[in-house]
Amino acid sequence: MRSSFLKSAITGTIAVAALGCGALAVAAETEVKLPEVHWGFKGPFGTYDRGAAQRGYQIYKEVCSACHSLNLLSYRNLVDLGLTENQVKGLIADIQVPDLADDGSAIDRPARLSDHFKKPFANELAAAAANGGKAPPDLSVIIKAREDGPNYVHAVMNGYVPFDKLTPEQIKESGVTKDDNYNTYFPGHRIAMPAPLADDKVQYADGTKATLEQESRDVVEFLAWASEPHLEDRNRTGVRVILFLLAMAGLMYAVKRSVWADKH
Amino acid sequence: MASSHGAPPVFKNKVVAWIDYRLPIFSYIEKEYHTFPTPRNFNYFWNFGAIATVMLVLMIATGVVLATNYTPHADMAFNSVERIMRDVPQGWLIRYLHMNGASFFFIAVYVHIFRGMYYGSYKAPRELLWILGVVILLLMMATAFMGYVLPWGQMSFWGATVITNLFSAIPVVGDAVVTWLWGGFAIDNPTLNRFYALHYLLPFVIVAVVALHVVALHVHGSNNPLGIDPKGPQDTVPFHPYYTMKDGFGVMCFLIVYAAFVFFMPNAMGDVANYIPANPLVTPNEITPEWYFLPFYAILRAIPDKLGGVLCMFGAIAVLFVLPWLDTSRVRSCMFRPVYKWFMFVLVADVLVLGFCGAHPPEGWYVPISRICTFYYFFHFLILLPVLGKIERPLPLPPSIADAVLSKKVG
Repeated sequence: MRSSFLKSAITGTIAVAALGCGALAVAAETEVKLPEVHWGFKGPFGTYDRGAAQRGYQIYKEVCSACHSLNLLSYRNLVDLGLTENQVKGLIADIQVPDLADDGSAIDRPARLSDHFKKPFANELAAAAANGGKAPPDLSVIIKAREDGPNYVHAVMNGYVPFDKLTPEQIKESGVTKDDNYNTYFPGHRIAMPAPLADDKVQYADGTKATLEQESRDVVEFLAWASEPHLEDRNRTGVRVILFLLAMAGLMYAVKRSVWADKH
Repeated sequence: MASSHGAPPVFKNKVVAWIDYRLPIFSYIEKEYHTFPTPRNFNYFWNFGAIATVMLVLMIATGVVLATNYTPHADMAFNSVERIMRDVPQGWLIRYLHMNGASFFFIAVYVHIFRGMYYGSYKAPRELLWILGVVILLLMMATAFMGYVLPWGQMSFWGATVITNLFSAIPVVGDAVVTWLWGGFAIDNPTLNRFYALHYLLPFVIVAVVALHVVALHVHGSNNPLGIDPKGPQDTVPFHPYYTMKDGFGVMCFLIVYAAFVFFMPNAMGDVANYIPANPLVTPNEITPEWYFLPFYAILRAIPDKLGGVLCMFGAIAVLFVLPWLDTSRVRSCMFRPVYKWFMFVLVADVLVLGFCGAHPPEGWYVPISRICTFYYFFHFLILLPVLGKIERPLPLPPSIADAVLSKKVG
């Protein structure tokens, strides 16, 4: 009886605290709501869609990589997207990376699997100078570095509104001019990056129709994989570990019961 | 460590007997972890000491592996952590175990502390045991703070900025102290290097204080939910197998929840901004510490004066040191304190609301609510606790533990 009292008292305490916190939270809610997309890599059994991620790489290579680096990835990692080594070699055949020759002079040579992804700018200063004073962020962990990352990046890709379609209120609130870009989901709405994707921005090799929606989903799939390349391994291991711990807990409970049988 | 009561155990294994005759570690284990008389009426709150021990060992084990792969340099630290996650075999597992392990270590310790407070475990003759526990909490906080700086993300850098700047509130020498802590005139590579060294050192200091904590515990034995002392063998059971098995079950249940976070939502308790490399020129919109510091962060910001805020924040922990003497009640357990019991739950709610306020910028309603909760926190310890102990009429205590356990079984 006493322990059930304790339980209800604890539940009550947490409920009171949660109610107080909830009331405060509602008062503070002002953020723009991101459209929810169903992502296959969410949840304990989530996996990446290899086809979508390969298309996403194509978008990164043909569009994003003009300004955004992907420093934490190497070309060899692309094998994880369901490609063979030779296919990856084919994908990177036209990429030249900077290196030093044996005599110490700067040269460009064809990329190898062991190379990190080529940077679009020689250094951060060059990146900033070419982009109005601020270097475009590296995309390696961008999905983990934003609140609700997959939905956020997807929303930003789709969130551009042309200047002539903006209401006077939106213009006043965000302070955008004709030369700026307005994005519904970017904090502050004024974004330096012009709309990167549009219908038929790329020609997909697998024949998928390249709509803006399709492209943004594909690039998010690719970037999600880039942020968390071991996610599938993690999920698989996790399911096994939890099953083991459940069995172990059951066993321990049975042992504990039988040990205590003569005491209670 | 010579056995002071009962006959020393006889070991059949000759090697064990040979060693034990010269270095009585086996007698010690036998006495302190096998036959050790333990109250028979623990509830599951008593699991959390064992759980915290498991987490400490796990943090040190994963931490040593991480340290062998980590680069403590301002230009390379962020990428080296990501390299561990990507290119070290099972590196993602080690890193996520360590990162979430910090949170779950705090969960275990906070429940352990609540247990001690609710059942009056800090009272005579266990005052030093309690004080050693508060020392462990302080060491854990320092270790966790410095560990959070190591990935050198935005929250690492700016969290370090906020916390180290607190010391500038010290009159006269404040700025000199901050420069000394930083190892320079800004947070930079020297700061990262010393935090790394200390983050590796302090866990072993924690192990030493935990050892003292256990020694102090084993002098008078554990408290129990009734808060009355065992009066004879009928009130106790040997620690093994009764509590080794019960702790084993509790540890498994705890690990299930921990594993669910590590494997399925490893970043749920972290701040996304720590996946942005540290940038001294860009301040994040909101600088928030990890969740386990939030109540104290709220206290810091509730006080409109910087030095006052710092003093209150440290005072919130310091007050725990004198808790055994602030509590004037002669009864240990809240089970027999019909009034104080409710104030214990109010205190828990107070700390949870403080934690919630700490996660939000100090504006609007958060300011008055943080202030009320901060006031209540100190009111609880400094006014309520001493006064209530004098005026509260406790319920009658049961004659013995066995009596209470067996009457419950019948009734």
